[in-house]
Amino acid sequence: MTTHEPADPADLADAVDDLLRTLAPQVVGVLTRRYGDFAAAEDAVQEAMLAAATQWPKEGLPDNPRGWLVQVANRRMTEQVRSEQARRRREELVAAREPGDRRSAPGADAVFEGTGEEGAQDDTLALLFLCCHPALSPASAIALTLRSVGGLTTGEIARAFLVPEATMGQRISRAKRGIKASGGTFRMPDAAEFPARLDAVLHVLYLIFNEGYASSTGAELRRVELSREAIRLTRAVHALLPDDAEVAGLLALMLLTEARGPARTGPDGEVVPLAEQDRARWDAAAIAEGVALITAALPRGPVGPYQVQAAIAAVHDEVPSADETDWPQILALYGVLARISDNPLITLNRAVATAMVDGPAAGLALLADPPPELAGHHRLFAVRAHLHELAGEREAAIADYRAAARRTASLPERHHLSLCAARLAESAS
Amino acid sequence: MKYMLLMQFSEKNVDFPAIFEWKPEEIQAHIRFMKETNTALAASGELVDAQGLAMPDTARIVRSHSGGAPVVTEGPFPESKEWVAGWWIVDCETEQRAIEIAAEVSAAPGPGGRPINMPIEVRQVMAAPPTEV
Repeated sequence: MTTHEPADPADLADAVDDLLRTLAPQVVGVLTRRYGDFAAAEDAVQEAMLAAATQWPKEGLPDNPRGWLVQVANRRMTEQVRSEQARRRREELVAAREPGDRRSAPGADAVFEGTGEEGAQDDTLALLFLCCHPALSPASAIALTLRSVGGLTTGEIARAFLVPEATMGQRISRAKRGIKASGGTFRMPDAAEFPARLDAVLHVLYLIFNEGYASSTGAELRRVELSREAIRLTRAVHALLPDDAEVAGLLALMLLTEARGPARTGPDGEVVPLAEQDRARWDAAAIAEGVALITAALPRGPVGPYQVQAAIAAVHDEVPSADETDWPQILALYGVLARISDNPLITLNRAVATAMVDGPAAGLALLADPPPELAGHHRLFAVRAHLHELAGEREAAIADYRAAARRTASLPERHHLSLCAARLAESAS
Repeated sequence: MKYMLLMQFSEKNVDFPAIFEWKPEEIQAHIRFMKETNTALAASGELVDAQGLAMPDTARIVRSHSGGAPVVTEGPFPESKEWVAGWWIVDCETEQRAIEIAAEVSAAPGPGGRPINMPIEVRQVMAAPPTEV
């Protein structure tokens, strides 16, 4: 092992971490090809990464970091193989009895498309397709994606989701078994299944981002690391599929949303709504990148839900103050979104946009008969409260803010909704 | 030793309205107090976990039912005047210290900045069998 002059140790550790996480899916890809066993390859790479994370910051980077990881993980694999030699020998015996054409057909674990080290980039994508297999539950796909493609350790993923490490370890093992049981293979989906499989991948990335942004559990509203990780992975997919408009749309949506992050919480961790955010604290570079991405993607088409949501986010992000928001354009975009997506929450956002264009009564009228999925949902009460407030219907607004506060499962949001009710109640007395 | 401190909200024993009806600055002072308490417990190395629970409005009570489907009752439960609002798990040297922490959080500020004196139930978390020395 040769070394580069170690700079600041903390910088070096960060650099090692970044490098490891870029290399992780490539190394899993190489070993999965070589041995045809994704689950074992993934475990071996995880161990090699842990070894690298302790050695490299102290001893410096090897000349060929990827080769180093492949070699160490490969050694782990061979040890494993040796320990299962008897079983393997039986399998080989069976394989030898089979006609040649059957042996070259796709195996249960993997399809070997060429060998060697080429195709590292495609490996990352093939690995994503495998980890986001439609047979997996979202929670399993998220955990497996973060570990295999994102290169996070089981412990890091467990901490991000506030569950014990053993629980997360089991979730990952179960995900691997699920892929195996459903016949998932390490290869690119064919043209016929590609769109649906890509949708599944984008959905998992979207969920990881939302988990980081909205944080479904706990008191902290923003869990920055998961949203950054989702952006990093989506960026990688965009680099591999630059012509796909929905991939670009999702990346733009994440950037345009994350850009508001610093302004989204107050000093005590409470939610600050879009209209009241200090826009000077938004990340201008992220907004510029998001706007450029969505502007280039939209004309390419076909238009999908991520692009429309990104376009809406861009309309919000591009104006210096909430008063200047182009609500007619946002309303038109929600109309497009409602036609291509069946998410009931769109109804709520559309009602807000309608209220901003045609007045609060028009918005409230849209919510008079909400879809059954929204009945009793805290967001329905929160939006209605906001529209009642705009209409000057103070008592109705207070009642709905309190109803929303009683129903939300997010502590920062409960604080915010309680404060909205309290401020209105105070303004009366 | 680990202790669970259960924040046991009781409508019977309080003389103040629900937090949704407080003044804005009273709500903010309460939020800040809770945040500072948790920060201090983390800094002293005693905080294991602190969680708030969603309001009982969204609660479900589930009972298995011999020979049939389980019975699920949806909240809110108008008859229930007490509910667990949240908990802390702290890891401290003595029971005395756990009681001290409970007393501190019981004094969280409410309307008019007065302590709400919410009952905090202190329960020891059961441990592994003792080592045989």
